[in-house]
Amino acid sequence: MKLGVMEAVGAAMVLSLAILAIFAPALAPHDPTQAVAETFGNPGAPSLAFPLGTDQLGRDVLSRVVFGARITLTIGVAATAIMMTIGVAIGLVSGFFGGVADFLLMRFTDVVLTLPGLLLAMALVTVLGPSLLSVLGVIGLISWTGIARVVRAETLSMAQRDFVMAARALGAPAPRLIGRHVFPNVLPIIIVMAALGTSGALLLDAALSFLGLAVPPPAPSWGRMIEEANTYFLTAPWLAAFPGLAIFYAVLGFNLLGYGFLRRRARTTSL
Amino acid sequence: MLGYITRRIVFGAAVLLGTSIITFMLAFVVPGDPAVAMAGAKADPQTLASIRKELGLDQPIAVQYMRYLDRAVHGDLGRSYIRRESVTGLILSRFPATAILALAAMVLSLVLGVPMGVLAAAYRDRAADNALLVFSLALVSVPVFWLGAMLLIVGGLYLRSFPLGGFGDWKSLVLPTVTLALGSAGYYSRILHTNLVDALDQDYVRTARGKGLSRARVMAKHALANAMLPLVTLAGLDLAGLLSGVVLTETVFNWPGIGRLAFEAVFNLDVPLIMGTVLFSAFLIVVANLVVDLLYVWLDPRIRLGEHG
Repeated sequence: MKLGVMEAVGAAMVLSLAILAIFAPALAPHDPTQAVAETFGNPGAPSLAFPLGTDQLGRDVLSRVVFGARITLTIGVAATAIMMTIGVAIGLVSGFFGGVADFLLMRFTDVVLTLPGLLLAMALVTVLGPSLLSVLGVIGLISWTGIARVVRAETLSMAQRDFVMAARALGAPAPRLIGRHVFPNVLPIIIVMAALGTSGALLLDAALSFLGLAVPPPAPSWGRMIEEANTYFLTAPWLAAFPGLAIFYAVLGFNLLGYGFLRRRARTTSL
Repeated sequence: MLGYITRRIVFGAAVLLGTSIITFMLAFVVPGDPAVAMAGAKADPQTLASIRKELGLDQPIAVQYMRYLDRAVHGDLGRSYIRRESVTGLILSRFPATAILALAAMVLSLVLGVPMGVLAAAYRDRAADNALLVFSLALVSVPVFWLGAMLLIVGGLYLRSFPLGGFGDWKSLVLPTVTLALGSAGYYSRILHTNLVDALDQDYVRTARGKGLSRARVMAKHALANAMLPLVTLAGLDLAGLLSGVVLTETVFNWPGIGRLAFEAVFNLDVPLIMGTVLFSAFLIVVANLVVDLLYVWLDPRIRLGEHG
């Protein structure tokens, strides 16, 4: 598949983050958990030695942002895997079988879509206690509705195609029809939805972190860094500014990737 | 048509019922004893027992749920454990602040988003279109609480043009409104762009152009009229979402609305208040859905004539 400029830029941004996450120990100038500046409990402004400044514990913000890519991307990708599993399963079953199953699954999807997502996520994470598992699970559980709808629509149109009809006429059982014929053709839109889902998961994780429901320390996720900077918003804005920019960069990368493909698709199918 | 409306109302009621069951179950998962939460940790067993009886906590879950539902239908959402006030009263007292912010944000996001979408569609596949697409994607990629904090630092601290949060005169409304509106503006412009591009490919647009109508007139009278419909739906639902409180923005700006009330409720594990705010939010969304559906019946003759029955 040929890449458009938008997807290429998005892919490059995502790739740069992956490299940052994988080679964090080599790329970060300092240990993200150790005090390296003697600022006596005050955040240090950006300087030549510490380009992004230091935090209230004397830790290097740049190093923390670099290491933050690890936990942030892990949460983004893992939460997306959960929401994709639920969304794709419901979408495939609903679109392929239709009838009562479709009706019930789609009404269920409508109900979940109506629920106030962030409030529910807050309540659930609070009740379960903030941990990597609870944050992942809750993001996955409330974010699959859009995916299910798109996959259902795509499956519906695929199930009517001649090659699926032919396989069905030859007596192929439903699991084989779905696995061998429908799924591979729905896969492109699933990949696009995964990119967009990741950007949504990153934003939701950041929001939960900001509200104090982050994955607990020592993991320095970007959202958590902003939350910890809360008391210094007005005196040391760099503490919140740089992790926020990092989140923005990551979300934009995944969005460019996803929407770039969507746009190309809309253009080619309308021809 | 009557069947369509009836089905929509039944569906709305079902959604509310489902939401109430989910929130009610949530209340049972929350650790801690409501009686202890109300009376304090030092209360003697007799007091606790009498509170349990008063709250109906000694009844089976199904009975408790039916009682809750019965009271909720009559507008009684119980009493907050922490604030010791009626949940309905608390929500209503916070509603004006949230409503002002929600309406201002909705107006600003449409004022910014609609022209962006129209412009992008008018310059389809050209540099301006691509630039607007990337710009709108950038807008939806900004974490809203971070944007709020940055606006607060720049507008409140450095420029000293706006107050550092709180609810006061019109100046206090500016930064939270902008914070909320930018993301939605990016989103609306994308949706409108997609719909407009679809509409511009239709035969009726070609016919209108063939009749010699100007580009601008075809865009305004023909394409936009059709492309705006889905946007109206979306904006209606978004408004309901905004009216039920914007947790992040209200928290950043210390805005005394329902969102912050819900935020406090979650952190205090104030179960009746959590259930109340979630249910209130679902109620607004269901009502907005119904209004939009009815609007469609009025706007789209195909539904009125039963084709989409």
